[in-house]
Amino acid sequence: MPILAVALAIATGAIIIAFSGSSPVDAYKALIDGSLSDSKSIGRTLEKATPLVMGGLAVAFAFKAGLFNIGGQGQLVFGALIAGAVGYGITGLPWIIHTPLALLAGAVAGALWGAIPGILKASRGAHEVITTIMLNFVALNMTDWLASKVWREEGVIVRTPHIEESAEIPRWGEIPTGFLLAVVIAFVCWYLLRSTTFGFEIKSVGLNPNAAHYAGISVKKIVILTMAISGLLAALGGAIETQGVVGRYEPGFNAGLGFEGITIALLARTHPLAVIPAAILIGAMEAGGSMMQFKADVSPEITDIIQALILIFVATPIIVRWFLSQKEANELSVSTTWGSS
Amino acid sequence: MSVKESKSIQQVLFSKRWWILTALILVIFTLWTAEFQEANTTAVLAGTLRHSTPLVLGAMCGLLCERSGVINIGIEGQMLMSAWGGFMIASTSGSLLLGVFAGIVIGMMMGAVLAGISVGLRGDQIIAGTVINIAAIGITSFFFSLGRTLPSGKTQVIKLGPLADIPVAGRVLFSNKPITFLTLLLIPTLWFLLFRTKWGLRTRAVGEHPSAAETVGVSVIGMRYFNVMMGGGVAGLAGAYLSLEAVGSFERGMTNGKGFVALAVMIFGRWNPVGAWGAALLFGYASAVQTQFQFRDWLTNDPQFIGIIPFVVTIVVLAGFVGRARPPASIGQPYSRE
Amino acid sequence: MSSNTLALEATGISKTFGNVIANDQINLEIKKGRIHALLGENGAGKSTLVNILFGLYKADSGTVRVDGKTVDLGRPKDAIDHGIGMVHQHFQLVPVLTVAENIVLGNEPSNKANVVDIESAKEKVRELAETYQLDVDTEAMVEDLPVGTQQRVEILRSLYRKADILILDEPTAVLTPQETDHLLQVLKKLATQGVAIIFITHKLREVLEVADEVTVMRNGQVVGSTTPAETDESGLAEMMVGRSVVLRVAKEEASPDKTVLKVNNLCVHDDRGILAVNDLSLEVRSGEIFGIAGVEGNGQRELVETITGLRNAHTGQILIGDSSITEFSPRQISELGVAHIPEDREKHGLIGAHSVADNLILNRYYKTPFSNNGIRQQKAIADYATEMVEKFDIRTPSIETPSSSLSGGNKQKAIAAREFSHDAKLLVASQPTRGIDVGSIEFVHQQLIQQRDQGLAVLLVSAELDEILSLSDRIGVIYRGSLIVTENSTDLDRNRIGRIMTTGSDST
Repeated sequence: MPILAVALAIATGAIIIAFSGSSPVDAYKALIDGSLSDSKSIGRTLEKATPLVMGGLAVAFAFKAGLFNIGGQGQLVFGALIAGAVGYGITGLPWIIHTPLALLAGAVAGALWGAIPGILKASRGAHEVITTIMLNFVALNMTDWLASKVWREEGVIVRTPHIEESAEIPRWGEIPTGFLLAVVIAFVCWYLLRSTTFGFEIKSVGLNPNAAHYAGISVKKIVILTMAISGLLAALGGAIETQGVVGRYEPGFNAGLGFEGITIALLARTHPLAVIPAAILIGAMEAGGSMMQFKADVSPEITDIIQALILIFVATPIIVRWFLSQKEANELSVSTTWGSS
Repeated sequence: MSVKESKSIQQVLFSKRWWILTALILVIFTLWTAEFQEANTTAVLAGTLRHSTPLVLGAMCGLLCERSGVINIGIEGQMLMSAWGGFMIASTSGSLLLGVFAGIVIGMMMGAVLAGISVGLRGDQIIAGTVINIAAIGITSFFFSLGRTLPSGKTQVIKLGPLADIPVAGRVLFSNKPITFLTLLLIPTLWFLLFRTKWGLRTRAVGEHPSAAETVGVSVIGMRYFNVMMGGGVAGLAGAYLSLEAVGSFERGMTNGKGFVALAVMIFGRWNPVGAWGAALLFGYASAVQTQFQFRDWLTNDPQFIGIIPFVVTIVVLAGFVGRARPPASIGQPYSRE
Repeated sequence: MSSNTLALEATGISKTFGNVIANDQINLEIKKGRIHALLGENGAGKSTLVNILFGLYKADSGTVRVDGKTVDLGRPKDAIDHGIGMVHQHFQLVPVLTVAENIVLGNEPSNKANVVDIESAKEKVRELAETYQLDVDTEAMVEDLPVGTQQRVEILRSLYRKADILILDEPTAVLTPQETDHLLQVLKKLATQGVAIIFITHKLREVLEVADEVTVMRNGQVVGSTTPAETDESGLAEMMVGRSVVLRVAKEEASPDKTVLKVNNLCVHDDRGILAVNDLSLEVRSGEIFGIAGVEGNGQRELVETITGLRNAHTGQILIGDSSITEFSPRQISELGVAHIPEDREKHGLIGAHSVADNLILNRYYKTPFSNNGIRQQKAIADYATEMVEKFDIRTPSIETPSSSLSGGNKQKAIAAREFSHDAKLLVASQPTRGIDVGSIEFVHQQLIQQRDQGLAVLLVSAELDEILSLSDRIGVIYRGSLIVTENSTDLDRNRIGRIMTTGSDST
């Protein structure tokens, strides 16, 4: 089913490319050229896929507790900025301490930021869909301010200074080590949800919060913890991007990544391991997008359209209960707690 | 009799004391920051009304849907699509009227998409709305080409004769652009429709207890389709307002979260059009306050702090009011007869 | 004779849901001016049949004739247009609308601009209420009305639509004996005015008292027709169940011991902040069943939720053993040895999408042997679940089946299995047999008695007065959040309890 959705989206994308006066065959050839043709382009694809794995995991993980985190973007920029600040601001540490320290700082920042909508939901009944979106706007403004006023590099460009070498995540040949880290984290999430009592509590709250409450599970605690973990996952994506790819925080980078997390999570049907191939697919589109413009003169925004189409094609059957077992339908429902505390 | 009435007025005043106090503080604050100048005060109040227009329209879209039992989280996307579509039609045809009309029609089509997925196919309403939001960003970004303009410019101010010359109040209320006037008309109209007509009674019944409505012959599915499409049309008007009346062009992501703020406005206004208007004015003020800060030269070097005000207010309102206001009972649940 | 003309005739009605045959070739004849009882146990297919007659479900096959003409009942509106009215088991009223608004909904008096003429609506409702002596306040919000009055609103709503065939689906299930008597009088009166009445129930006494004709259903089929003159309670019961049933639960005299639960001057608010439990005190000892009788909505739910830690007490004290538990979390209370069979199986008792196995350990998933250092022990869970499924005779394809696909009775057995195996000293059982088949009811009742005999303290809350009477050793009658009377069950009879439930007063 997800494969069908992707195929449909690519076919529809071809029609749009043809209508805009270019050759779909050339365009897609360029797309593959730029993303999968050699080890260098594959490395670029994986590099693009890394924050997407994390963003997808963030959404998928929250989904298990019946929470819809669309605040991935805000959590991500916080993680990226704080990792960048720790990366340049602390000097003289060996890499074995500095790199994990910066990652951890970014992750904690994201967890705290992510916990806010959790707390608002648990204590005040404010639905996370609105609060996370609002917090995205707040986060973008706040990181912008921090980067331009507090941790700004001297010069005209608003950005933080380059991080110390000791905080950089190296590449492993053409393969970015950050991607391997993301894969490991996906496995951790999978195990946590599948085999631990904490995972059982999260799923119970997601499937029937009332019964979970009756069974003695503290629904509020689970909601807050799940949102914090979700924020942590998204923020780690940002931290890895700063430490492994960009080397510093620049306002405006990776705008929109939070939404791609939703596409990826739904494409993976919220399975933590399925998030990996879904992220690679979207990552390949981004990696090949510029090649497509260069070689086939197609606006790289076509990949936005294809992603939107994938989302529509993949989400429609997911949200349409006919195609699902009752279990899956319950797992993919977030509307039941709207407006009630 | 008169004693009893005056007592009840006192009681009303007492029960609303916090509102009255808030309003008073805002008025004094406004006058002070406007340096007690008529022109400045008018500017702030006009700004409040201007910022409140898309919010109250969005909130009315939301309450049309939720009163019949459908959560519409896709208002943002519906507004964005309509802002884009309305602008494209207006810039191509040269007719603003046609552009506004196109915005409304596109909004209704987006409403039909939401209704189709969540009412017809019984999908999850929040995911359906989110898909609309994300798709709208993708579609409007791709199909928008820079450099387009409106041949006839944006909509023009209409002055309602001598009323528009009354200092402050007249200039704020009776000297506005067409969609703003239309919105001011729509608010009481929708209130009347919702609380006085057959359609309104049935809508509320469907939103509260769909199977009860069905057993007396009211079609739940039909009412929901109709209301969600009408709501989409209202969101479409809000979109047209943004591109054709407020800005005069289309910008990427120009809704900037207004569709979500509108949902908070709807909740704050307790799913009532008049209440939503009051709430929208409060939010509009939170945006218009920027102008005031400029008069006083506050925070001009740190615009980010002013930028977050509406979003923080939204969060505070949601956190403070959701538990206390009771939403229509059936929202979020797909309906099927068997 | 007008009483012999057919008002409604259904032939060959069949309906399946998935693999379940709910109605199998049903034939039914309803005469004008007669009360026709449709009798059968839960799951016999009565509700399905009347929902088809009212156009809520579509029959797979069969025809319905009203006044001799074949009609198509695709929607409730069609049924209403043919003069069929229905009083639903779960009231179909909008809580936040007024009585008048509810009655006219869908058929509103209005002017040409579709503006509702609410004054004329109120007037019409008042006239109807007077004609049929069904007293209501037209301006009251339905959510503020007691259930008996809500039912009156439902009847008026059908009469407003000029129904001459009135279907009542289990109308007495939620009523006190006094309210039931009143309803039966109303029905007799309606019948004399020519209304044909289909009256669904599983209470034999009512059938014998009010019905002119009886049709008995079992497993989706009509198994017989009779009249009250030709039969008696045990005859009807046998037809209904297909075997002779024990109408009373056999039990020994209780031998109560130490006090396990002590509630002192408890006050609790409901969701709307209104005092629901008002200065209530009670004591439950080990080895006894303490039954709380009362009309639903008199604070029973709030009392149970407070005892189990799901709701905060306003004032007062609750002692379990020696611990004061008003500040305890549900988990802490469960750890003290409190088992809880919640009122709403689907919403609170089970996580439908979880497997039967996971639901069977829902109150103990975090303890050994089911969890070891936070890691779930799949084998221990499976072994335990297999044992429980066998011991409690839970009919499920496998322990991995989602619990939502079990039948109501088997869901309740799964909950009972979980809570009875809890090693508890107090069991709080709320509506433990609601909506389940007779076999499962018997099973749950026997289990309750057996647990009592093993020294468990049981707090039983039920809207079924017969259940309270036959199981309890002591009974407290609740009215507006207070226990009006607490006595040994042998000192209380149906009528006295009914009177206290309805009026809050013990004096005649």
